Amino acid sequence: MSTQQSTGLLLQGVTAGYRNRRVIEGFDLPALPPGTLLGLLGQNAAGKSTLLRGIAGLGRASGTIALDGVSLPALSAARRAALVGYLPQSLPSPSPLVAYEAVLSACRAVRGDLSHAQAEAAIARAFQNLGITHLALRRMSELSGGQRQMVGLAQVMVREPKLLLLDEPTSALDLRWQLSVVQAVRDAVRASGAIGIVAIHDINLAIRACDQVAVLAKGRLLAAGPPAQVVTPDVLAESFGVASRVEACSQGVPVVLVDRALSVV
Amino acid sequence: MSGQGLAAAPAPDSLAAGYAGFVRRRFMLLGLLAVALLLALLADIATGPAQLSLGTVVSGLIDPASLPRPIQVILWNVRLPYAIMAVLVGASLGLSGAEMQTVLNNPLASPFTLGVSAAATLGASLVIVMGVGPLGLPQHIAVPIGAFAFAAGASVLVQAMARMRGTGVDTVVLFGIALVFALNAAVALLQFIADAETLQQIVFWGMGSLARATWPKIAVVAIVLALCLPFSMMGVWKMTALRAGEAQAESLGIDTARLRLVVMLRASLLAATAVAFVGTIGFVGLVGPHMARLLLGEDHRFFLPGAALAGALVLSLASIASKMLVPGLIIPVGIVTSLVGVPLFLALLFGKGRGQ
Repeated sequence: MSTQQSTGLLLQGVTAGYRNRRVIEGFDLPALPPGTLLGLLGQNAAGKSTLLRGIAGLGRASGTIALDGVSLPALSAARRAALVGYLPQSLPSPSPLVAYEAVLSACRAVRGDLSHAQAEAAIARAFQNLGITHLALRRMSELSGGQRQMVGLAQVMVREPKLLLLDEPTSALDLRWQLSVVQAVRDAVRASGAIGIVAIHDINLAIRACDQVAVLAKGRLLAAGPPAQVVTPDVLAESFGVASRVEACSQGVPVVLVDRALSVV
Repeated sequence: MSGQGLAAAPAPDSLAAGYAGFVRRRFMLLGLLAVALLLALLADIATGPAQLSLGTVVSGLIDPASLPRPIQVILWNVRLPYAIMAVLVGASLGLSGAEMQTVLNNPLASPFTLGVSAAATLGASLVIVMGVGPLGLPQHIAVPIGAFAFAAGASVLVQAMARMRGTGVDTVVLFGIALVFALNAAVALLQFIADAETLQQIVFWGMGSLARATWPKIAVVAIVLALCLPFSMMGVWKMTALRAGEAQAESLGIDTARLRLVVMLRASLLAATAVAFVGTIGFVGLVGPHMARLLLGEDHRFFLPGAALAGALVLSLASIASKMLVPGLIIPVGIVTSLVGVPLFLALLFGKGRGQ
């Protein structure tokens, strides 16, 4: 431990899963420095959600999980929740709550240290950064699924956590909002020196937006590093079971083109 | 995101101000509910076979010695206990139902649908049929004790179910409803084997009545409510966060399983105490919370006190109606509650529907 760098996120030998089933085993990731946005790729049931829940302290996990030199499993649930913001894959309920109240309660339940004015400012900032200020005073029951997903993200962002764990934050969003959400997360991570891990299905979005990507396959880390190095036809064939090409677009950004599904071995 | 005009969007710095408007309106509505309850309480005290004027009621409350002795007795020994019991029981059931609906994430959850009321009826019926209470206690004490014991037992049973692994919250509600049927069957069996006089007592208990109110009983209900309410209010942020989604609440570090257990025990204690003294008054615990939700939304800072006030108001109005429907006769309040509450509830529901 003492030889490791003390800032950033360190994941070593992480095992995560359920009471009688390990989903993730021996997960080692090169230390992530502050300000990094990591895209977590992998097919369905590869263990993305299990890994994120394990890091967040919501599922069973063992191994080294340290943020800025502090071991997260050693913290109380409240301390951990103040440092780590986890966005679940499920959308917030369509309740009669006003969106502002959903975010306010998230802020109040975790950040008891904020004054009234500080909390108000943090809430206004969260809505503004995500570009959903116009939704703030509407009932959740009147919002679309995508809009509720944005409010759910605002619930996480308002706490200004040092580690953001987002489980498919763009699953219910259209093209424009997918981009603006990912941009908002990246800006927030860079501005505050936080670390973000985003489980995401859109590989091209991950390549454009993330500083690094990690590819999971069957509970193990297949590859990790800068997107241009990691996302290769070989890796995609092994992780997703697809035949694909990675070509440079007219702007020089690598683009993944998927040709066909490979037959299951 | 969709067709939302930007003109309607508040500027970021005015967002807090915009929300402050919501909060102000909710405080105002809470205040209105409280005023309505106070008026209903005074009217309830004034209503009865010997009609008292509002002035008499107020002066008699401030200075009992100013009234002639018989009026004094009517006011302090008959009217006031009934009226205050109505308010306390209504508030307890309203608060209890609101908390149950939130932690079980089900709009049909209430002390009535989860078997608390039905269990109390069975407990009371058993004591009535056996004739004497445990330890030879007089019946007016033994019946509430039996009712409370069974109501608490039913709550523990529902809890045990909720704690069993793999049981979802919807299963808990289904289990409660199944329990209601089983308990009702047991009561029916008791009624079938009971003699005519005992049968009458059981049926009358089941109708729910404020006529059993005495000051010591009022004190018990008041103390339980006073003990539970602060704990309810301490958890308002967690409860509000839970309404935004269970997974979301868990990610905030809220132990939702523990929250559910603690809240259900507290809500059951409230409901069991209330129904032990007055019998089956089912409707209030279900509809009080819905009225509060329609008026105040689900921010639990307003929703919980609102549900208590709405429950108290409904039962207070029902108490007035129970004395006015048939002159010279007090109809059991459990019967009247639904008759008064349903139109009030429908008016709110339809009024809200038109507004949207």
